[in-house]
This record gives sequence, structure tokens and C-alpha cells, in this order.
Amino acid sequence: MEPLDRDLDHSELELPAEPMMLDMGPAHPCMHGTVRTVVELTGERIVRADVQVGYLHRGFEKMCERGTWTQVFPYVDRANYISPMLNNVGFALACEKMLGIEVPERCQWYRMALGELARISDHLTCDGAMAMELGAFTPFLWMVKAREMVWEVLEEETGARLTHSFGRVGGMAHPPTDGFKETTRATLDQVLKVVEECERLLLGNRIFLDRLEGVGPITAADAISLGWTGPCLRACGVPYDVRKAHPYLRYAEVDFDVPVGVHGDSLDRFLVRLAELRQSARIIRQALDRMADSGPVNVDDPRVVLPPKEEVYSTIEGTIRHFKIVMEGLKIPAGEVYSYTEAGNGELGFYLVSDGSGTPYRVRIRPPCFLITSGLERVITGQMIADVVPCFGSLNMIGGECDR
Amino acid sequence: MAKVLIELVRQHFPGAVLEAHAQHGDETIVVDPPRWHEVATWLRSAAPASMDMLSDLTAVDYPDRDPRFEIVAHFYSLTRGHRLRMKARVGARDGTGARIRSLADLWGSANWLEREAWDMFGVVFDGHPDLRRILLYPEFEGHPLRKDYDAQRIQPLIEYRDVPDIDKVAPFGPHEGMSFGRQTHARRASDDGADTEVFPGGEPS
Repeated sequence: MEPLDRDLDHSELELPAEPMMLDMGPAHPCMHGTVRTVVELTGERIVRADVQVGYLHRGFEKMCERGTWTQVFPYVDRANYISPMLNNVGFALACEKMLGIEVPERCQWYRMALGELARISDHLTCDGAMAMELGAFTPFLWMVKAREMVWEVLEEETGARLTHSFGRVGGMAHPPTDGFKETTRATLDQVLKVVEECERLLLGNRIFLDRLEGVGPITAADAISLGWTGPCLRACGVPYDVRKAHPYLRYAEVDFDVPVGVHGDSLDRFLVRLAELRQSARIIRQALDRMADSGPVNVDDPRVVLPPKEEVYSTIEGTIRHFKIVMEGLKIPAGEVYSYTEAGNGELGFYLVSDGSGTPYRVRIRPPCFLITSGLERVITGQMIADVVPCFGSLNMIGGECDR
Repeated sequence: MAKVLIELVRQHFPGAVLEAHAQHGDETIVVDPPRWHEVATWLRSAAPASMDMLSDLTAVDYPDRDPRFEIVAHFYSLTRGHRLRMKARVGARDGTGARIRSLADLWGSANWLEREAWDMFGVVFDGHPDLRRILLYPEFEGHPLRKDYDAQRIQPLIEYRDVPDIDKVAPFGPHEGMSFGRQTHARRASDDGADTEVFPGGEPS
């Protein structure tokens, strides 16, 4: 047998010495979301990277300035479409902070339970997609199966699987359904079982661990300077969680831990999310135990909350109240507020400016993953080209939230 | 806590703090724009402040005011657990002259946040290492979050960019990417395969 490459001149086969520019994205099969990464390579090593976002920019902040405060909810839903309930709750809390109202206790537990369900779905999606991009397709399917169970609960409650638009200023769109507690408890058991199975499948897998361990590390100081929050910051060992540091709703009264990582690499980000799933389940169980079975969900404030339908159709006061809130929008006193909650990816901030009319003057959404994506450049520089995939996956960039 | 901090800023920078308030519990200072960077440097490094995180930086447009834009930064101290909002007012009523020193040398997060504020409001950040548009494309005209940018406004379709040293030919001819372009990419089959013209008989109607 003669060698196949006998006619080839090896000097011509050399790769050019100058760095090679390579485009990854905006529609790259192993990078979910729409982000374009231009990398400069020497061999397989990345020497320079330019991360370009904005492919999913839909002008939400501009559109928010055209409707009423209530009409902002569908937009924040679509900002983070993996855990829209957390965004709903975050925006409702921001408006309530400006109005100076607090929702009834039952609603607070309800919001916490729904929000943590959304966090479970967020982390399942991120970890599942990360595994899939590294070639582990089964855990992805299993985790999406578990996410589907969570979404079924949310669908039962809200009527929509994904974009619920369920939050309202001063309460929720509907009170909890009768079977909410039982279905959620049963679902949690099933979800945690699936998570355990996936964990056994992945964390004993040499290939999976080798591709994550020590890949894309970032120091705590860098992460803080970049404004990272959420699981990505906690993976660096910084135990900052808004739910613990500045408790809102009833988080101060529930018992849960803040899992942190050590090295700040992709594996730590993966593990922190897995651990947070379990903590969320703990929070949900406590919230369900403490949520009353009956009682008001919405605040008793005629300026803010729509009247019950029977009243709208039978009394003139009810009709007027309904008309005023729907047509003019609820009035938030002039001023500004920065309200922040812990969303799936970290601190989700709302900087709202009101001029006292029924229309928002400025709705600034501080998206956690915008700043996390801004750190992608620092994470992948110096890594191999194949490491872009786990690095990007572990940051959990949500296009809708990053680009708005 | 943060009230003490505002007093400290006042002492360290006499005359720099134009206003201070604490609406809804958010401590806020409005600083003189030329001293924006100086105050921010102090907030980051001084022990009583130690604002190690720049959570958010954005702008708000008030077209009836002079100065027109309000640049709003939210600082957070992980070690001390307090927050502070710092504002500066810049720009003439016609939208020109909105400039301020960049904070990108102090916090890494300022890089993208300032790029976004430039993109959306047209506020120039002096000393920013890479002030490009971030969410919109380079050919975009205007700054959409300004109040005088009409929400109904439609931007013109952009031509293919002329990038040197890139031999990039659109696979379906020059009409690819334009609206309704792809429906008509009928190619003439020729024997030698040297055909490059996409629409030999002129553009189909």
C-alpha cells in the first residue's frame, strides 16, 4: 500500500502563520440563541474575541413607553422566555414599590412558588442545553421532559405554557387553582427524580467532565467588575443572592441555602445550577405549606386592581372603575425607582420613571445576562475553539433578555 | 447607611453634589457632569463606599429640560450591601453635546452598558475604548430611545456591506436578504456552468 498523500507537498499544506478570523453565529448549531462571536485564532487557540449581540433586539423599552403599566407585562414575559414568571413578579414588585402597596400574604407565597417553578425550568433548560451541545443528547431530553412537567403546572395555573402574562400590579391575574398544591408537590418529586437520573448520567461521565472542568474560568474580582450576578457569580464563590442579601416577598422566612462554586469554571456553573434546582424545590415546598387555601390574592385598592366582573356588569361604579383602569391605565405617582429581584440569571433590575400619567415614562430593564454575555469575551480568550461551546452554554445567554 | 455616604460624598467633593434625595428608599445623588468620573473613582475605592459593582448604567431623555439627558448609574457594594444611584445631566435641548467621561476604566460592566446608552440615546462617553453600537447595526439612523424618535419610524433597508478582503458572494444573488427576494431565484442552467447572472432577462416582475 502506498501512502495516500504521496503527491502532496507538505510545505503547501501548512496553515498560514497569520491569525485566522472565524465567525461563530449568529446562527451556529452549537450555540443556542442569536449571538455572533468573531474569534481570532492561532491554531486552535483564541487570541481575540468580539461578541456581538443585538440580533433579537425588538425595542421593548421603547414599546413600553406607549401603553399602560399593565401592558408592560407581555414584554417582560418575552424578555426572558425561559422563566417569564420571575420577570412578571419582578416587574409587579417594582410597580408596587412605587405605589407603596404590598400584596396579601397568600399572593406573596403564590408568587414565590410560581417564581421558583420558573427558576427550575430555567436551570433545567440551561443545564440540559449545555449537555446537549457537548453531545449528551439523552440528559437534554430528560431535562426537557422534566421542564415540560413544570410547564404543565404553570399552564394549569396561568393558561399558557410559556408567556404567561400572569402578574398584575397589586396581585395576580387569578387565584391559585384548587389542585395547585397537590399537583406541584407531585411534580416536584418527579422533577427531582429526573434531575437525579441526569446527574448520575453526566457527573460520572469522563468526557463530559473533561470538557467542563477548568474550562472558561473567571476570577471573582473579574466577575464582580463585569457586573455578573446569579449562578455565574456564585460559581466563582461569591455568595450573592438577592433573595438572601435583600429579601423580598417572604424569602426571609423560608429556609434555603445559597450554593456556591470554587473555581468559577464551566463545571462550577453547571453544578451551581443543579444545586439551585434542589433549593428551589425546598422553597416551593415551604411556600406551599404556608400558603393559605383561601383569602384574597389581590390588594384591596380600587385605584390599582380591576373590580370583579359581576360588579362591572351590574353597577355603574364598577363599570367606571374598570373603564378607567383599562383605558387610562393605573396611575403611578411621579418618581423613579430601582427594584431588583433574583431572576433565573441573576439580579433582574427595573429602573422605572413615572411622570404620574398612566403611561410609563421610562422602563429600563437591567437584564442579568446582558452583563454576563459581556464577559464571554474574557471567558473564552485564551481557550480552545471547541471550548467556546461549553463556556457559552454555561453562561445561559437568553437572547430575548440580553437584547430586549 | 447610604445617607451617611451621601454626606461623605458632599464633604469630599464640595459643590459636586447638586441634589440628593431618597425616593422609595433609593439614595440618589445628582453630580456635576465634569466631576462624574472623579466621584465614581472615589465611590469605587474609598473604604466607606467600596462600590465594587456597577449594576446598571442607562440614560433617560427629558426633551423639555435643559440639560436634556439624565445619565443614571446604579452602584452596589457587595461587601457592605448598600446601593447608591448617581445621576448627571448633560446635553443641550436639541440633543447635541451630550458627553460624559466613561467609567469603563473602573468597572468592566461599564463597557457594554455605555455602548448601549450611546446606541439608544446618543450620549457620547469620552474615553470609552470601543464606543460602537451594540444592539443596533452600524447603519441605523438616529437613537431610538430618544423621545423625539417616532416609534413608527421605519429604517431603510441596508445594502450589503463592502468589507475589504472578503470574497463573499451572496448565494442567491444581490437580491438575497431583501424582502421577497428569495422567491425568484431561478437560475439559468447552462452547459459550461460559467453562468453568473442571476436574472438573465432582467429582474423578474
